[in-house]
Amino acid sequence: MLIKELTLAEGISGDEFDIRNKIKTEINNNLFDVFTDSMGNLFATKKEKKESINVMVTAHMDEVGLMITLINDNGTLKFKTIGSIDERVLASKRFFIGPQLIPGVIGTKPIHLLEGDEKKQPLKAKELYIDIGCNSKEQAQQLVQPGDYAYFDTEFIEMENQMIKSKAFDNRVGCSLIIDLLMENYNINLQACFTAQEEIGSRGAGPAARRIKPDCTIILEGTTCCDVPHTEGHNIVAKINGGPVISIIDKATIANRKFFDFVTEIAKKNNIKYQIKEGIYGRNDSAPIQASENGIPTIVISVPCRYIHSPSSVMSLNDYNETAKLIKALLNELNYEIIGG
Amino acid sequence: MKELIKKLTILNGVSGNENKIAKAISEMIVSNVDEIKQDSMGNLICVKKGNGKRIMLAAHMDEVGIIVTHIEENGFLRFSALGGINHFYSLYQKVTFDNGITGVIGYEENISEIKNIKLANMYVDIGCKSYEEAIGKVKIGDSAAFTGDFVCDGNRIISKALDDRCGCAILIELSKRLKNCDKEIIYTFTTQEELGLRGAKTAGYSINPDVAFVLDVTAPGDTPKSKPSPIKCGAGPIIKIMDNASIINPKLKDLIIETAENEGILYQLKVSNIGGTDAGAISLSRDGIPTASLAIPCRYLHSPVETIDIQDVDNMIKLVESVLNKI
Repeated sequence: MLIKELTLAEGISGDEFDIRNKIKTEINNNLFDVFTDSMGNLFATKKEKKESINVMVTAHMDEVGLMITLINDNGTLKFKTIGSIDERVLASKRFFIGPQLIPGVIGTKPIHLLEGDEKKQPLKAKELYIDIGCNSKEQAQQLVQPGDYAYFDTEFIEMENQMIKSKAFDNRVGCSLIIDLLMENYNINLQACFTAQEEIGSRGAGPAARRIKPDCTIILEGTTCCDVPHTEGHNIVAKINGGPVISIIDKATIANRKFFDFVTEIAKKNNIKYQIKEGIYGRNDSAPIQASENGIPTIVISVPCRYIHSPSSVMSLNDYNETAKLIKALLNELNYEIIGG
Repeated sequence: MKELIKKLTILNGVSGNENKIAKAISEMIVSNVDEIKQDSMGNLICVKKGNGKRIMLAAHMDEVGIIVTHIEENGFLRFSALGGINHFYSLYQKVTFDNGITGVIGYEENISEIKNIKLANMYVDIGCKSYEEAIGKVKIGDSAAFTGDFVCDGNRIISKALDDRCGCAILIELSKRLKNCDKEIIYTFTTQEELGLRGAKTAGYSINPDVAFVLDVTAPGDTPKSKPSPIKCGAGPIIKIMDNASIINPKLKDLIIETAENEGILYQLKVSNIGGTDAGAISLSRDGIPTASLAIPCRYLHSPVETIDIQDVDNMIKLVESVLNKI
């Protein structure tokens, strides 16, 4: 399964080499011009040009993770989070560190020794360390350097009801969708872009938009859904098996209204179940793209993912397939009239 | 002028949904300009052609409001803020949707202390009894503006959305007066200012003017126990030396102050480290654009009872007209 390969690839923000190479291998044929820019964004453009609009479809390649900042005298490693990670998910997790993929774990004080409030308070990242089994700084330095990235060591699992579990569905699910999209033909010029460094402030997307200067952009994402116990209806954001999530607003953008209305119309016309993202949460590559130069109409379409930014994210292949259907229908029907003016 | 401000403030144009305002302004300004266009962010760009310098005058069309984020089974709506709305102001206000539906903002009755209220615990009551009934009237993503009648009492104007329809009105009046000016003037009505100067960013880029003036409103310090500030309503238009988004271009500052002194126009200087206007985004466009931020003192900002003094508006028009003639 493509999405399995993609989620297990490494690619924390700023270190997208492995995931970029995996994607390149997938799209390596003579139909595309493939190019990587100085930020690490990967572009794929069909060689055949049509007399039509240029539609950029983006998904960010990078995932959240850790970076080693210091090697302690006892051979353990200090780290900082790269991208937003709920620090409560870190304890007792396994990691691969650096280019040599050195295995390590985040250890905590055993429960037997915890006193009073210690039992109630979640541990902060700065109180944690990674144990790679070394017992001195000198030994650890042979294996790991400050600046090395630490990746969640996790498995891809197929669960009941077409549900799958892995790390980095945010946003390898978007990358996988684009690779699927590239294999078909449309009436528009499709400009695929796999962006870098989204998780640390959408740093790749701005330069990508200014390079491509598209007529409009579809941003594909894996987005949060909180359809879980103890959450009130108005805080759920999106639901598993509710279909593609279309964003009307997030913390940094409001979707181009005409574009948004068109997307929901296409979904209805093609009997594709969709949901509108509820609440104003998060931000993504749409912000720098929409505000690029003279402004670019953007829309964000996401696959709902539970427990994102953790090594145990869960999503549904049904949602994946419905999202793919919606985007293909969109690409077949987009025209100047919709995105102009 | 009062009539023009009334026409603009009674319309609703919450951030991201400024089309009604854009349409009304287009109709009011069309005979004074040569070209009108709207970009993908919704900015309304009205160009009066001319030789000489290209001058951008900007005011934002959007007002603060709310956006529907969820519809409950029993027909009540949950919402988020569009722009900096105060939760104390919001409670028990009326809001109006684009299709004319009126809602009332209430709060969950289990909140024990008023100081703990949050927007997240409020809802909009549109008088519907079920999800099905509500979805027939309002959709997720629909926005609504606060209801705030226009009142004119002597020199005092009270209304919602004076931030920044009074800036828009000033631009329209200037377009009448500067019809025969030899310079190129680009009257720019921006979008989504209240969400972080978003429209001005692309407008500044595409217009790429030689110089820009941003007209907005700003809080005075003349009400009981207000934050200390020498700014007063009725004491003249404000030249914003500094706020949290920009510092005025020094040449423009000198030019504006000199003009006001020579023409005997009242003015006030404001130095602050909070708030920001479209000047922040425009001044950083391209290679940098010399920009000045001017403002009308306005009490109770972002509430349905924003209050200004019409004399400040008249003086602002005089000041900007005189400055433009001197550039």
